[in-house]
Amino acid sequence: MPADLPAPTASVETITAGLAAVDYIASRPIATALLLARDLGKPVLVEGSAGVGKTELALSTARWLSLPLIRMQCYEGLDESKALYEWKYGKQLLYTQLLKDKINEVLGETGDLTDALGRLANFSDMFFSEQFLEPRPLLQALREPEGAVLLIDEVDKANEEFEAFLLEILSAFQVTIPEIGTITAARPPLVFLTSNNTRDMSDALKRRCLHLHIPLPDARLEAAIVTARVPGIDARLTRQVVAFVQALRALDLKKLPSISETLDWARAIVLLHGAQIDRALVRDTLNVLLKFEADIDHAESQMTDLLRAAEAAD
Amino acid sequence: MATRPLEDFIRALRDAEVRVSVAETLDAHRVVGLLGFQDRAVTKDALAVTLAKSADEKTRFDDVFERFFSRDLPAAPDDAAAETANDPVPAGATPESAADGDAGDAGDGRAPADLADMLMAGDQAGLAAAMEAAAAAVGVGDIRSFMQRGVLGRRMLDAMGLRELERRIAALDAAGEAAAADALNAGRRQLLADGRAFVERQYELYGRAAGERLRDAYLETRALGQIDRRDMDRAQNLVRQMARKLVARHSRRQRRARRGRLDIRRTLRVNMAHDAVPFEVIWKQRKITRPKIVAVCDVSQSVATAARFLLMFLYQLRDVVDDVHAFAFSSHLMDVGAILDDHPIEEAIPQILAAVGFRPTDYGQALVDLTDHHLGVIDRRTTVIMLGDGRSNYGDPRIDRFRALHDRARRVVWLNTEPENFWGLGDSEMPRYRPFCHVARTCRSLADLERVIDDLLRVGRN
Repeated sequence: MPADLPAPTASVETITAGLAAVDYIASRPIATALLLARDLGKPVLVEGSAGVGKTELALSTARWLSLPLIRMQCYEGLDESKALYEWKYGKQLLYTQLLKDKINEVLGETGDLTDALGRLANFSDMFFSEQFLEPRPLLQALREPEGAVLLIDEVDKANEEFEAFLLEILSAFQVTIPEIGTITAARPPLVFLTSNNTRDMSDALKRRCLHLHIPLPDARLEAAIVTARVPGIDARLTRQVVAFVQALRALDLKKLPSISETLDWARAIVLLHGAQIDRALVRDTLNVLLKFEADIDHAESQMTDLLRAAEAAD
Repeated sequence: MATRPLEDFIRALRDAEVRVSVAETLDAHRVVGLLGFQDRAVTKDALAVTLAKSADEKTRFDDVFERFFSRDLPAAPDDAAAETANDPVPAGATPESAADGDAGDAGDGRAPADLADMLMAGDQAGLAAAMEAAAAAVGVGDIRSFMQRGVLGRRMLDAMGLRELERRIAALDAAGEAAAADALNAGRRQLLADGRAFVERQYELYGRAAGERLRDAYLETRALGQIDRRDMDRAQNLVRQMARKLVARHSRRQRRARRGRLDIRRTLRVNMAHDAVPFEVIWKQRKITRPKIVAVCDVSQSVATAARFLLMFLYQLRDVVDDVHAFAFSSHLMDVGAILDDHPIEEAIPQILAAVGFRPTDYGQALVDLTDHHLGVIDRRTTVIMLGDGRSNYGDPRIDRFRALHDRARRVVWLNTEPENFWGLGDSEMPRYRPFCHVARTCRSLADLERVIDDLLRVGRN
């Protein structure tokens, strides 16, 4: 299988540079995981709190490698007819109606029932062929001739049965459709699974995957991300924003702001033409960063310290 | 052992309770084949991605990695001592005394005759390699308890040829070559220190986790009242772990299909695309509710520890259980939910005990208080957990009130800290309460407690 993979990238550095070119600032563990995923041909299970860039990693990888991105959002009750394939029942019905006369014609000459059945057997596969197959995301990803990036988002939301069903695809990159046979990937897709940790994934799934945990970023990485993702922000404001958010994360909050919130906040400040962080500006925009009333109250009470931290970053 | 660092590393990981399967071991080999050991940081990241599969395991992985690969650095090379010692040795009487050494010692066959030479030459790499080899021969990696550190360390050094070294030092002393003897002695001291450090690291890598598991297993089955004060922290940790396990097991809201009942509305909607020909059939589902729990804890002296752990357990479980109400009593009943909400459990428990604890137990009064003032929290979804020994100091047990409780609640579970053959002896009212309990059980240890609560959550699913 490794032979079928796109040419392995030389090193962690090239991957970091490649992702940076599409504005995704990858930490070293992320780049290493991606390198191994390509070289070993294994799926990556990405965990981390909401908004640290799990989904974005898959999107950016697809952009960087110029591969089509096929995304499957998981939810409770997702089953294989929605994830893998479905027969086009309506079309099948329509065709049987349309072809009725034709079938009568074919069967008209036959003498007895056995004969008719024998003839019909020659056509029986007609309605269960690729023509009537509706490919869903997983099958699409396998049939993509140039390979693809397959993003299976929030696997933890799907049922355990579905997780078990994923195993065949993830380990062998093939699926079995009873009526047609086994379909093997033209080129194994690069698979990302993301999980928000609402439940533990099964050991079988974890064993087949590389496991990447994306933590909240440190100040340097976060500053790099803000610079890459927020157009028109100056270096001083970036430092202040990052220092403020980092100080905020040290507080005891219900929901810590993650990278996506930092980016939203930075964009909001740039939009409001804020040149620097001050008390009034923060008060007006804090609801971008914090999503709970109690958290906002708590942050307000610590505002002096937070602002001091932001100023110290200058 | 020294030849297969990756296998040893994986063994150390397993000992630290990072689960590594055979398939993952193979992956790790491919990873190392691909990236090699040149860049320590990259190797670490790559192995972490391949071997440690949860945030918890990642931190343990980091620990083990740092400890395991720290030993490859030569341990505190005593350059100065080696330098000064370098000169006198080659000239001295060493060759003869080395040849004199008899072959009677344990492990002598493996003993490199040039231990002294390596010490004198300050050959740290050679010494480290010899130490690894000797450790493998003696089986230092199988260390299980810190009591073994001394013995194994000594055996390992013996296998390296320590005795012979000592004989040689004695011979040099006797021959009056004090300078050479001192130099060798310094080397020997360094060797002893290195050996100790080496065994210590091996213990940290392979032995400590096993020892702690043993301790945990012991605590789990120990009677609750008899857990030592010094083990309290560890026991609380254990409860936290158990609770986390239960949360993971029960945290998903379960639905169960009711076989044979068609959900007509949803079936029609789904099959609209097929001209309403029902290709896909959808059955009615029943949401499975989570239990509401009312815990009533006797906090008189005899039961206080058990109550403490039960309350800890319940409050760790608030993610899974919709509603927890907690009451404590010895003579009068008190709602302790607020105390538990506002304070960490370590502070809350003593407060509760100070408020209601240590008075003569009166189950009758407690039941009256409960049914008079708090009946509102009990409905047909509620499971009532009574925790106590059922010893009411010959007061009126108020069976009538208990029966009312039984009729109103979904289940009444009585956890008794006494073994069943004590029920009914002396002032125990258990036999009279028992007919109105859905379950009455002995609950004497943390393991019992875990099992009971697991059952509780499972019952909520039916």
